[in-house]
Amino acid sequence: MKLVVVSAGLSVPSSTRLLADRLAAATAGRASAEVEVEVVELRDLAVEIAHHFTNGFPGRKLAAALDAVTAADGLIVVTPVFSASYSGLFKSFFDVLEKDALAGKPVLIAATGGSARHSLVLEHALRPLFAYLRAVVVPTAVYAASEDWGAEGLPERIERAAGELAGLMAGLSVARPAVKDEFTVVPFAEQLAALSRQ
Amino acid sequence: MQFGIFTVGDVTPDPTTGRTPTERERIKAMVAIALKAEEVGLDVFATGEHHNPPFVPSSPTTMLGYIAARTEKLILSTSTTLITTNDPVKIAEDYAMLQHLADGRVDLMMGRGNTGPVYPWFGQDIRQGINLAIENYALLHRLWREDVVDWEGKFRTPLQGFTSTPRPLDDVPPFVWHGSIRSPEIAEQAAFYGDGFFHNNIFWPADHTKQMVELYRARYAHYGHGTPEQAIVGLGGQVFMRKNSQDAVREFRPYFDNAPVYGHGPSLEDFTEQTPLTVGSPQQVIEKTLSFREYAGDYQRQLFLMDHAGLPLKTVLEQLDMLGEEVVPVLRKEFAKGRPADVPEAPTHASLKAAREVTVA
Repeated sequence: MKLVVVSAGLSVPSSTRLLADRLAAATAGRASAEVEVEVVELRDLAVEIAHHFTNGFPGRKLAAALDAVTAADGLIVVTPVFSASYSGLFKSFFDVLEKDALAGKPVLIAATGGSARHSLVLEHALRPLFAYLRAVVVPTAVYAASEDWGAEGLPERIERAAGELAGLMAGLSVARPAVKDEFTVVPFAEQLAALSRQ
Repeated sequence: MQFGIFTVGDVTPDPTTGRTPTERERIKAMVAIALKAEEVGLDVFATGEHHNPPFVPSSPTTMLGYIAARTEKLILSTSTTLITTNDPVKIAEDYAMLQHLADGRVDLMMGRGNTGPVYPWFGQDIRQGINLAIENYALLHRLWREDVVDWEGKFRTPLQGFTSTPRPLDDVPPFVWHGSIRSPEIAEQAAFYGDGFFHNNIFWPADHTKQMVELYRARYAHYGHGTPEQAIVGLGGQVFMRKNSQDAVREFRPYFDNAPVYGHGPSLEDFTEQTPLTVGSPQQVIEKTLSFREYAGDYQRQLFLMDHAGLPLKTVLEQLDMLGEEVVPVLRKEFAKGRPADVPEAPTHASLKAAREVTVA
């Protein structure tokens, strides 16, 4: 199974990436089948994402990242909290993704921040975004404030969320509809007939 | 193979002088560019159709009729005719009229238009774009082929006993291309009718163009019009040339950087690497254009965008001189090499008339 991790951390090293890696490792550990993990660092794609908006088509690295996300059996998405929400870069990546790419796909949402005061960003911003994209968002969202890296509780939340994602990946990878090929066609006679039925 | 130019008709300030041409100047410039196209031996001039500033060509047949009167050989076409928001009855009438005036030197490229507000301004809904294209063209196709049409559809008032006049010249409807960048439904539509498919690839990487063209070719064969290789394909292109490629880059860069659509976005270097845009010497333009065949197959029509982004008329006319004298003659020769004999040329009024006479006889 293929697990893709989208990390919107900006610093190197980044606590967002650190959380992303912990979540990925825990998910792989709990999966029933072998999991292949691919990490998409949005920092490396920032310029291509901006150009996608101005050009209308993705550059090569961005196209590969979008394809990886579209083809994944499960997704872990992690953003730093900026101005009471996900970062603009994080949102921009999902803005250039084809609108049906996440339909039916299990997604674990996670965020990092300087303090715990923004933890509900996961429920107020990320969960509605992925609900709109018709993803299946796991019940446990993981927030890591700076203080959590030196406190109890984070590993348990990571394990719980990872277990939920691994379970959904096992169940949904069979049930999820195949990604629609961009270049499949409805035969013309059907197109025309559908119009007269409307 | 046909070579020509297509214009968007944008009124854009020249970024090097800050001066914006008047609408009259821009319209007259478009005419001058069309006349130049014939003078330098190009085959086709196509105008866009727009209904919002900063574009001037809202009335293509008025402009093309005027150009028809001042040219002898040039094929007059569109890029595109809005099959979604125009009444197909009016398209049938306008372009049949133009056909008579231009002695058959007319074809059209259908497009949907991607400017949201234009749809409601013309009483339509952009969410119905594909359906409008399909239904309106189905009606247009009949209006040009049946003398008396009874018709009822979803989008337009029904017709009872309607005859579109004038009838197409010699009972040969204008050849139609369907332009689409990313909608397989339109490639399918073009294939179904055996019409041409134009992929305006100028803002797109080659692999995307390849997929769309291959889809059209496969479906063209599926509908029994010929082999996939015999399907009628057109492509766009965008070039700026100077004898010395460094001069071309230096002169074109401010226009590129401030152009509508892609200005203030990618670098000129990235864009030329990823899309058909070529800024350089005539030889570089020749090489890049010849490379289109590698992913689109042997094709029938190549249109270049030469006059946008505020380029002054004088510069555009110089570009057309180079295109006609140094580039297109070489392209004609090179594209002919290795081209299978059974790959047809783009249909013209004369070829369609001849084919019709064979069928009728």
